[in-house]
Amino acid sequence: MTETRATDTLSVLDRPNSYIGKTVPRPNLDRLLQGRGQYVSDLEMPRMAHVVFLRSPHAHAKIVMIDADAAKRMSGVISIVTGRELEAVITPWVGVLSHLKGLKSAPQHAIAVDRVCWQGEAVAAIVATSRAAAEDAMEHIAVEYEELEAVTDMCTALDPATPVIHASLGDNLAFERTLDAGDVDRALSESDVVEADFVFGRHTGVTLEPRAVVADWNAAEARLTIYQGTQAPHMVQNIAALHLGLREAQVRVVCKDVGGSFGIKVHIYADEMATYALSKLLRRPVKFVADRVESFNTDIHARDHRCRGRIGVRPDGTITAFEIDDLTGIGPYSMYPRTSAIEANQVVNLVGGPYVTPNYRARARVVFQNKNVMCQYRAVGHPIACSVTEGLVDLAAARIGMDPVEIRRRNLIADDAYPCASPSGMRFEQLSHHASLAKLLQMMDYDALRAEQAALRARNVHRGIGIASFIEVTNPSAAFYGVGGAKISSQDGVAVRLDAQGSVICQTSITEQGQGSESLTAQIVGSVLGVSMERVRVILGDTDNTPYGGGTWASRGAGIGGEAALQAAKALRRNILDVAAAILQSTPAGLDIVNNSIVNADDGTPRIELNELARIVYFRPDTLPPGIQAELIATRHFVPRQYPFAFTNGIQASWLEVDVETGFVTLLKHWVVEDCGTIINPQLVDEQIRGGVVQGLGAALFEKCIYDERGQLTNANMADYLVPMSGEMPDIEIGHVVSPTQESELGAKGAGEAGTAGAAAAVANAVNDALRPFGAIITEIPLTPQVILTALGRI
Amino acid sequence: MKAAAFAYARATSVVNALELLAAHGDRAKVLSGGQSLMPAMNLRLLSPDILVDIGGLAELRGIAVRGNVLVVGALTRHVDMLRSPEIALHAPLLRDAVAHVAHPAIRNRGTIGGSLAHADPASELPPCVVALDATVVIRGPAGERRIAATEFFKGIYETALSPDELLVAIELPVAGQGSTFFFQEYARRHGDYAIVGLAARAVVAVGGFTDLRLGFFAVGDRPLLAAAAGKLVNASVTPALLAEAATALADELDPQEDQQATAAMRRHLAAVLLRRCVAALLARPELEAGAAT
Ligand SMILES: Cc1cc2nc3c(=O)[nH]c(=O)nc-3n(C[C@H](O)[C@H](O)[C@H](O)COP(=O)(O)OP(=O)(O)OC[C@H]3O[C@@H](n4cnc5c(N)ncnc54)[C@H](O)[C@@H]3O)c2cc1C
Repeated sequence: MTETRATDTLSVLDRPNSYIGKTVPRPNLDRLLQGRGQYVSDLEMPRMAHVVFLRSPHAHAKIVMIDADAAKRMSGVISIVTGRELEAVITPWVGVLSHLKGLKSAPQHAIAVDRVCWQGEAVAAIVATSRAAAEDAMEHIAVEYEELEAVTDMCTALDPATPVIHASLGDNLAFERTLDAGDVDRALSESDVVEADFVFGRHTGVTLEPRAVVADWNAAEARLTIYQGTQAPHMVQNIAALHLGLREAQVRVVCKDVGGSFGIKVHIYADEMATYALSKLLRRPVKFVADRVESFNTDIHARDHRCRGRIGVRPDGTITAFEIDDLTGIGPYSMYPRTSAIEANQVVNLVGGPYVTPNYRARARVVFQNKNVMCQYRAVGHPIACSVTEGLVDLAAARIGMDPVEIRRRNLIADDAYPCASPSGMRFEQLSHHASLAKLLQMMDYDALRAEQAALRARNVHRGIGIASFIEVTNPSAAFYGVGGAKISSQDGVAVRLDAQGSVICQTSITEQGQGSESLTAQIVGSVLGVSMERVRVILGDTDNTPYGGGTWASRGAGIGGEAALQAAKALRRNILDVAAAILQSTPAGLDIVNNSIVNADDGTPRIELNELARIVYFRPDTLPPGIQAELIATRHFVPRQYPFAFTNGIQASWLEVDVETGFVTLLKHWVVEDCGTIINPQLVDEQIRGGVVQGLGAALFEKCIYDERGQLTNANMADYLVPMSGEMPDIEIGHVVSPTQESELGAKGAGEAGTAGAAAAVANAVNDALRPFGAIITEIPLTPQVILTALGRI
Repeated sequence: MKAAAFAYARATSVVNALELLAAHGDRAKVLSGGQSLMPAMNLRLLSPDILVDIGGLAELRGIAVRGNVLVVGALTRHVDMLRSPEIALHAPLLRDAVAHVAHPAIRNRGTIGGSLAHADPASELPPCVVALDATVVIRGPAGERRIAATEFFKGIYETALSPDELLVAIELPVAGQGSTFFFQEYARRHGDYAIVGLAARAVVAVGGFTDLRLGFFAVGDRPLLAAAAGKLVNASVTPALLAEAATALADELDPQEDQQATAAMRRHLAAVLLRRCVAALLARPELEAGAAT
């Protein structure tokens, strides 16, 4: 690791026996490995009913009539509910945010009323004693549809001849943003200009455990308990209460173990809202677990973008300008409550971000179409922005005959230029592009690899090297959602308490879906307090039992929730030392906590064990000096205020081979250097990077939701939708540069999306590098054999 | 995704299984490894009234050599073939092919009988039995019949089996002197069904083929024993001759278009496979590149 900034004083993180920076096993491993995870899909409750949704087979149609009489009489059926009937219990919503100016959408219902707008939208709910019984009954519901013309091609969605999906909106344009910084026209007129159309396949984040919810309306308490695999329990609480006409205090959201999320589970889905409403309507627990076909048809999709990009370059390698025109189709509604304009907005924010040129012009348009909804999935917008930027940089380098590394070296923002801002107004506190590039070249032995490539090319073996620098948005402040009016908290809270035997209970508002939130919280609290990690129990995912906060998404858990944990632990430590000083007739400054004991600060001599201190406080407070009231619990909250986002950066490289006869790509090796500031647990960070890279490689080579021209998703199953699998994955080597943020004492930025941000760009650049002798350039992903053979003119 | 309700009978003998099939006709389905049948039922693509589970029938298990014939019972699992010394010795093509079938969990349950009866045109085992000139042994109400593998496959998921019959075994001629084999497929991920594949058996002598059976798969509605192979037998294989064979092959193919590949891409890949196969079997790498343009 390279420290880019020296820390002058020892922080609370450098205390003796600190867990910070150490690979310690996750505290929840044994529980999960012994099958004691608490997943909502496994949850059983007395009187629990199962709901299955009858879903539209059409992309766009009027619902003329629903006949459920026969189905209602079938055994096991409890109720069959249509959108009209459910309307009485739950109100519709509109997915807009005020800071995304001009963003519009239409009211969306929990179950379609009168009209369906995508294949897979729920038309009726069948509630029965088991899922199988509900599926049996579903086959006996007759729905008469009148098919309407479906808008499927985003390129023609705005044409006057194309029908408007929501008449009340006037057109199919959901959102448009333009940006013009510097003097692009002048810069381009004085440069070589290269341009290309970048095409991205619509794909999704396939979670191992599908979306799952059990809603339990307790009429006696007038309270709804929602057990759900979600990333943001307090957001779910707020939205459920709002649309069911309840106060937030009447809704409790419990979120224990979650089988994968990746941003898929950070939204409010219509079928989940319907499940809450059904529980209220039927006064009993109702369970909904999406099956795999439903997951493909209703879990948000992402990345369906076409982006025309231009870059200006001078013969000396100076990049003079970037220009993009991005178009994306988001389905019939803007998703609730985070909206479906964020990805396009991010693309505008991020293109060109690693580079110094001040000249940047962008337009992004977001259009409606009759396909499944699109919204935020891991690394929102980053893979698009990175692929466009890095693709253009490579094209520029090729145009002037410069090595891809050299052009980056000449244009990346210098490591000593911070703080600074990008042409789109993104503010960077401290990035490390050049240190990262240097580290990457050394890890991959770039020159040797180039030599190997040349030697193999002579033997008709075609390998390529692709490089991609990136920046990543992490630790978002209220600038992300709060300012736009969404009740999605950007702050997080942690409460830390010493129990009567000197162990620690820690309640945090961040959530755990496998990232290691439990682990990093325990590491921080244990380190700061001087308590061993086994003595720290972390409670998360329960709106009744944790402080209020945002949850885990947008690479924010460690940076924001971690800082709250640090501050809470510091406060508790002070409280403990105050009592200890009273007991030991010392001063708080003269004492410390090390290894679960109060010790002398100067020589480390043990004075009293924490369990003894707790015993006195809780059972013999009569022995404490008068006026001393111990407070062995402390709560702190944190939210970034100085910077809207804590930007991180990094660089990736791919080494691969293209079989030019078959179009198949073999990934040979992948490298990542990234800078997430303070590393709390190297293994957790590396796991995040690797997992993220794999999802990026999935986008690069495999994953695509294939729609036909009538809006039918034709590969909604695990056989035809290709998720990346281990057999095709290369070894992924990871290096770090560390530039802590000064905004928090912890110094941690996010690491959850860095891998996904740049992987596809690196692969695409490597494929083009391999194909250089053939003059073929591909700016489309996924890079399927069909695409590659076509580009090579083989078929 | 729950299967519709069905009845279940565990057959106690082949005779018992045949009785059950006779009683229920095409409302019954034979259950072997369940790796193709159960997913189809869970997706409600199939809703049989009754399953006749043949999993307990020891008489359908096992791999044995009888004279010049290797007999493989219908219930032989993919994993058994992968590990069997008899298969490795006498029909290594099957072992090479099975390594491409799905993943360990599926290979631990799926059977050769199920795979052949299922007759997926992109499946690995059907072209192998065609290339190996195997015989399919079938039992029905009227007793046992034998049918050449080349006659067994009738179309997508269609075979010469009727609903009241059981596939009981495969008989393969043991590999003779000079026999060599080639198996390759193109699939986007390990374990996936092939986009195009080739299972071949050859007899090579003095640098040329004295016999060559090319079983292409995923290029039509059933495995294709390519007649074009004939051009390369008892002939001096030159790049020109190989190109001629490739042209002849193209005329025989009737590939489908799907999400993975257009028909044109399948034709192209089949030609690539042909060249790579011939180059590998004759150990003449230049043949592979020679015709590349
Ligand atoms: C994820 C996944 C991936 C797969 N990938 C591949 C792959 O790459 N290549 C491949 O070839 N296969 C693949 N398969 C299928 C697998 O090989 C199956 O095991 C095989 O196709 C069927 O064998 P089975 O024993 O499971 O048959 P079953 O599923 O039990 O039966 C299949 C059909 O054959 C009939 N049948 C079975 N046995 C007999 C018999 N003795 N007589 C008459 N009829 C019979 C059944 O009635 C049914 O119609 C995959 C399966 C899965 C789940």
